[in-house]
Amino acid sequence: MVQGFNTDYWEKDIVRSDEQKEYNTLNVGPTHPATHGVFQNIMLMDGEFIVSTEQTIGYIHRAFEKIAERRPFYQITPLTDRMNYCSSPLNNMGWHMTVEKLLGIETPKRVDYLRIIVMELARISDHLICNSVIGVDSGALTGFTYIFQSREFIYEIYEEICGSRLTTNMGRIGGFERNFSAKAWDKIRYFLKTYPAKLKEFENLLARNRIFMDRTINVGAFSADRALAYGFTGPNLRACGVDYDVRVMNPYCSYEEFDFIVPVGQSGDTYDRFMVRDEEMWQSLRIIEQAVAKLDKMDDKETYFAADPRFVLPPKEKVYNNMEALIWHFKIVMGETDIPAGEVYHCIEAANGELGFYLVSDGGRTPSRLHFRRPCFIYYQAYPEMVIGNMLSDAVLTMSSMNVIAGELDA
Amino acid sequence: MYPINPERDQLVVRKLSDRFGKAIELHEVLTDMLCITVHKESVQAILIFLRDDSELQYNFLTTLCGMHFPDTSQLGVVYHVHSFVNNHRIRIKTFTSIDQPTLPTVTSVWPAANWMERETYDFFGIQFEGHPNLKRILNMDEMTDFPMRKEFPLEDQTREDKDDSMFGR
Repeated sequence: MVQGFNTDYWEKDIVRSDEQKEYNTLNVGPTHPATHGVFQNIMLMDGEFIVSTEQTIGYIHRAFEKIAERRPFYQITPLTDRMNYCSSPLNNMGWHMTVEKLLGIETPKRVDYLRIIVMELARISDHLICNSVIGVDSGALTGFTYIFQSREFIYEIYEEICGSRLTTNMGRIGGFERNFSAKAWDKIRYFLKTYPAKLKEFENLLARNRIFMDRTINVGAFSADRALAYGFTGPNLRACGVDYDVRVMNPYCSYEEFDFIVPVGQSGDTYDRFMVRDEEMWQSLRIIEQAVAKLDKMDDKETYFAADPRFVLPPKEKVYNNMEALIWHFKIVMGETDIPAGEVYHCIEAANGELGFYLVSDGGRTPSRLHFRRPCFIYYQAYPEMVIGNMLSDAVLTMSSMNVIAGELDA
Repeated sequence: MYPINPERDQLVVRKLSDRFGKAIELHEVLTDMLCITVHKESVQAILIFLRDDSELQYNFLTTLCGMHFPDTSQLGVVYHVHSFVNNHRIRIKTFTSIDQPTLPTVTSVWPAANWMERETYDFFGIQFEGHPNLKRILNMDEMTDFPMRKEFPLEDQTREDKDDSMFGR
């Protein structure tokens, strides 16, 4: 008897199969370097192989849906930041577009293009993290350290646009809070010029690397049928061979004017997920280039929000000198703008898949119900089916290639 | 805005009314999506029919969430289903009384519903009959309340230092 421990428990935890094999229970997480977030997997192991696994989630549940029921609409944007915090501008834009749909605001083309630039930058930064982390989990740290410079640069662009980096709270309902500065444009152009070489270098490190391919091909494969039944969306679904992309299927924000390819995989394994994300980064670059070209061609360089005073703060000079502007300023800051009653569902192609907002308004200043369709939450439930029978080290790779973000998982 | 397709909306409503008759209680187009309110007893059969009918093929469960209506003492569940083949989305709503909050599960129709129903149970207390593993998912197991119901206000209602009465809620 070990002092302080009831050793009976140890004996009880050993599960014996029919063949008198000893199974071990292994806790992966909640805080484990391989989970990249706060969630737990209780795995039943037969040696190195996984016999069954059960996920426990909710460690960073912050009740966003409940909090949103007491917040004015513009104060919900910071909540969306904290869902998929690797690409918060995407969540912000999705939320703004949902409210605009309910209000019937038509955004000017220039706002749409500016949004597309920001959204595609966010997609690149999210995919960068995911892909470089797949490398880290397979033992290749180098790519991760190289490519993080680019992610850092994208965060600097955010900083020029909205002033913050990780939880951006970018934009307003109806457009942006201010026009892009000259410095922001310089940085975007510099990024477009230098990033392809860096991405190519990163790709060369992993894409045809023998060790990486051996570690990822046929690991965590998933069939298209099962993926659809499990509600997969985004790169994970496309890796299984289904070409579903919200940007193409239900274009929003003028995506229909852009020319890009939706990459699909074949077997839905870790390697396919890596390659789909990799190709999506190239396509995002193409989209940004097109958007910058379209904006260059426009004569209008000033419009950055819809002509709707209900949600865009008027300029300070006007607030001090103009009665109307002062009233709107007060109403917006106090969250006193009423929203018409109604309900909408709007979704965007976020970095992990279809990010949906189901918004029900009863005519007050806060939503009466707001539900977030978080792609992570829905596809992570397929994890046991993907890893059972695989080895533990493959399960780690499968998880990182699914890009499960704890913030989005738990809302 | 999703493309509004009145012919397809009518087709869905006609097929459902032919097949299920009185179980289809209400249908309307809200903003840009057809919204059908159905009786709770037949919600599972309706969703299976929507998925398997060769003309409709709503093969994808986008999301599922609960709602609470304190005025009528009702709980509701909203299903968003999407047909990839026809690129058409519809919303199915069903209601149940708060005293007997039971609904049939759709986990057997789409495995994706598993966690969504657990979440709905966790926050609204709706019992999904036939669910393989209906327990709390985001809140702790020891919790006894269902926190998304409207009777739980976000801020302490006994606070006196803050007067929100002039701001609606």
